[in-house]
Amino acid sequence: MPATGALDVPEVPDTAQALSVHGLTKRFPGVLALDAVDFGVQAGEVHALIGENGAGKSTLIKVLTGVYQPDEGEVRHQGTPVAFGTPLAAQRAGISTIYQEVNLVPLMSVARNLHLGREPLGRFGLIDFSRMHREAAETLRAYGVHADVRGPLGELGVGAQQMVALARAVSFEARVVIMDEPTSSLEPREVETLFGVIRRLRDEGVAVVYVSHRLDELYAVCDTVTVLRDGRRVHTGPLAELERLRLVALMLGREMGEVRAEGTTKFGGEHEAASQEPVLRAEGLSVPHQLHGVSFSVRPGEVVGLGGLLGSGRTETVKAVAGALQASAGRVTVAGVPLRGGSPAAAIRAGVSLLPEDRKAEGIVPGLSVRENIALAMLPRLSRAGLVSEARIDALVGTFMERLRIKASSPRQKAGELSGGNQQKVLLARWLATEPKVLLLDEPTRGIDVGAKAEVQRLVDELAANGLGVVLISSDLEELIEGSDRVVVLRDGAVVGELAGDEVTEGALMEAIAAAAVQGPGDPAGREEAPRD
Amino acid sequence: MTEVAEAAGTRRRTGRERTRLTAWLQEYGVYAGVVVLLLFNTVFTEHFLSAENFRTQAVQVAPILIVALGMALAIGSEGIDLSVGSVMALSTSLVALYLGYGPWVALLVAVVGGAAVGLVNGSLIAHIGVQPIVATLALMVGGRGLALVLLPQLEDVRDPGMRALGSGDLLGVPYPALVAVVLVLLVGFTVRRTTFGRQLLAIGDSRPAARLAGLPVRRVLICVYVCSGVLAAVAGFLATARLQASDPTSLGTLMELSAITAVVVGGTPLSGGRVRVGGTVAGAVLIQLLTATLIKHDLPPSWTQLAQAVVIVVAVYAARERGKR
Repeated sequence: MPATGALDVPEVPDTAQALSVHGLTKRFPGVLALDAVDFGVQAGEVHALIGENGAGKSTLIKVLTGVYQPDEGEVRHQGTPVAFGTPLAAQRAGISTIYQEVNLVPLMSVARNLHLGREPLGRFGLIDFSRMHREAAETLRAYGVHADVRGPLGELGVGAQQMVALARAVSFEARVVIMDEPTSSLEPREVETLFGVIRRLRDEGVAVVYVSHRLDELYAVCDTVTVLRDGRRVHTGPLAELERLRLVALMLGREMGEVRAEGTTKFGGEHEAASQEPVLRAEGLSVPHQLHGVSFSVRPGEVVGLGGLLGSGRTETVKAVAGALQASAGRVTVAGVPLRGGSPAAAIRAGVSLLPEDRKAEGIVPGLSVRENIALAMLPRLSRAGLVSEARIDALVGTFMERLRIKASSPRQKAGELSGGNQQKVLLARWLATEPKVLLLDEPTRGIDVGAKAEVQRLVDELAANGLGVVLISSDLEELIEGSDRVVVLRDGAVVGELAGDEVTEGALMEAIAAAAVQGPGDPAGREEAPRD
Repeated sequence: MTEVAEAAGTRRRTGRERTRLTAWLQEYGVYAGVVVLLLFNTVFTEHFLSAENFRTQAVQVAPILIVALGMALAIGSEGIDLSVGSVMALSTSLVALYLGYGPWVALLVAVVGGAAVGLVNGSLIAHIGVQPIVATLALMVGGRGLALVLLPQLEDVRDPGMRALGSGDLLGVPYPALVAVVLVLLVGFTVRRTTFGRQLLAIGDSRPAARLAGLPVRRVLICVYVCSGVLAAVAGFLATARLQASDPTSLGTLMELSAITAVVVGGTPLSGGRVRVGGTVAGAVLIQLLTATLIKHDLPPSWTQLAQAVVIVVAVYAARERGKR
């Protein structure tokens, strides 16, 4: 990967900064989450903080809000070094955080939520409800919320609830507001209202840190941008001067020159299976707020990559196909047969298996042994009259442990004790044992060592060569491009382009990812908008 | 920087030693506790080593043990079943009402009643998504209410067959203890050797992973609570036979707590994914022996409760250390 230090921009003098960190380093066992990062936000500025998975955004936010303590470096508040021991200490200092999920009390009234902890008191120290309701209604009107402030908060829409959270944060005299993907569950109209509020905060001299993966939003509302990658700050500067393509290049760790030059490179293109009927066809898959009519197909022996930034809907797409996420519209056919049931069990029976992104939470059952993990999805088929056949499990497990070279002290070792690479192989073994027709691989090589990574990649090639249909998601651009015969590009939960054959290049892919969403979701606008140099 | 690393290293080392101790405690502590109490009583309690005393203890522990088996399944699935005591009460009411048709019919009706409660519990949890503690709390309250509607006051058992069940034995082993042994073996076999058992443990350990692996999560959860209900009904039947009376007001009160104690003390983690049948047996025996010891030494019942509290705290402390590892 080329060095990108040259893209650094001189630091802003920190007297003007409302909140800043200097040389911040944070380690977790085996991981350097933040490596000597400098970051600062000024009063009256909306500062975008972006980066792909593992870039260190959430760690940085957690240090800023007192959830984590820095290992090295310091946090300064209005230029003075501070140590926020707890989130409450940060809040008292005037730093408010708005998370994706609203953390208020849904059963209490809107007004009470707004005033929680500092209700206006009347005679005898009792809450002065009429004053509280009047004030609440006034405050919320400024945020475009016209709701009964006496009603429970839970009855409002998510957008309105978020506005209440925001109003609450601001009314606490917040001087710094940190927003972590605030729009992920908002309707377009609500997003506009939110932007209005953000601009007003800026004009009132509040410093805003804005985290989002939606490039359109960043350009609409942010003044400055800081890009993190692999725990380092790779760029800080005014956003308006930064070309979209360059922003994407910074996030993904590619040089512009490299991108443009590689635009002409050819990769292995046509596949002999190209003429066959698709083994998987997804049509118009929709999930509220997450997917908007995603369609694509996979032929036997083909590896179809899903491209896009974090939050573009890649994971949601494969989850909807595998029945792990309930689709509100659309249909999936496997080898011409419509997939019914909408559950993972139904998908597995039909021959669709998903290797989930979050190996630890959704893949491995850590307390069970390696052999039980491998046999898990096959238990009914390895049993007779409800009794498990140990001999058949041993045979199956032996075969796969050898074929995938799974390193464990014994098949009875707990799966939770294995290395990441071996856990991933255990999961692959679990899915291959079900003899799938289509394998959905969500970040199959993330967080595993180089050796295991090469083995997994080789295995995927081998499986495809044997006629399996494969859908591949990877944040590693190189892996995606080299591994895929075709790449479907997603943005904001919709397909915006498709690259096939010699179109599958880094340059074309990044152009497609970066292109502005001028048209509505679901419209394949990116296809025409992905020019190559 | 190196100092920090070294300090962390030392901390980790001593931490590991402590973890090893608590892991041992969690794994075998309950058996050690049983042995200690047996030795103590052998030396200090009169007439402890008599066949008569062992029979009494066995008959008394049987209902707790049987209920604890079902509780172990519920806890292993990352749930809990608070309704077991009320199911025992429901069971005793049904036994009183149907004993006229003979003990076997009464048992069958009681078991169907327990299964029905379990079915409601399981459906609330698996289909509607109610938290196990809430769903089974509702049935805990409602179950006893239903039991009292069916049988408003205490009724003596006059059926000779039923009386024989409560006091008779086979080769010196009292019937209730015999039933408990059979059920222990049955549940042990289910956990270890059946598809249901494996699926239960996977669901208890990681529900999202189990769901994505295509496991019939709902069906397994419903089965768990039906099993728990049936076992509690059997325990209610045996307790009725031993007491020779049906008393839905008091039978099984606080039984859910005794059962949870037996399971937790036996080393089954509350976080699910593991069911220790042997440990649960030892846990139930430990509580029984503890109670018996204190009573035999003329200490008031409040002491028993305090002693139980200490045992629970020690067990939960050991479990906590394990969870951290």
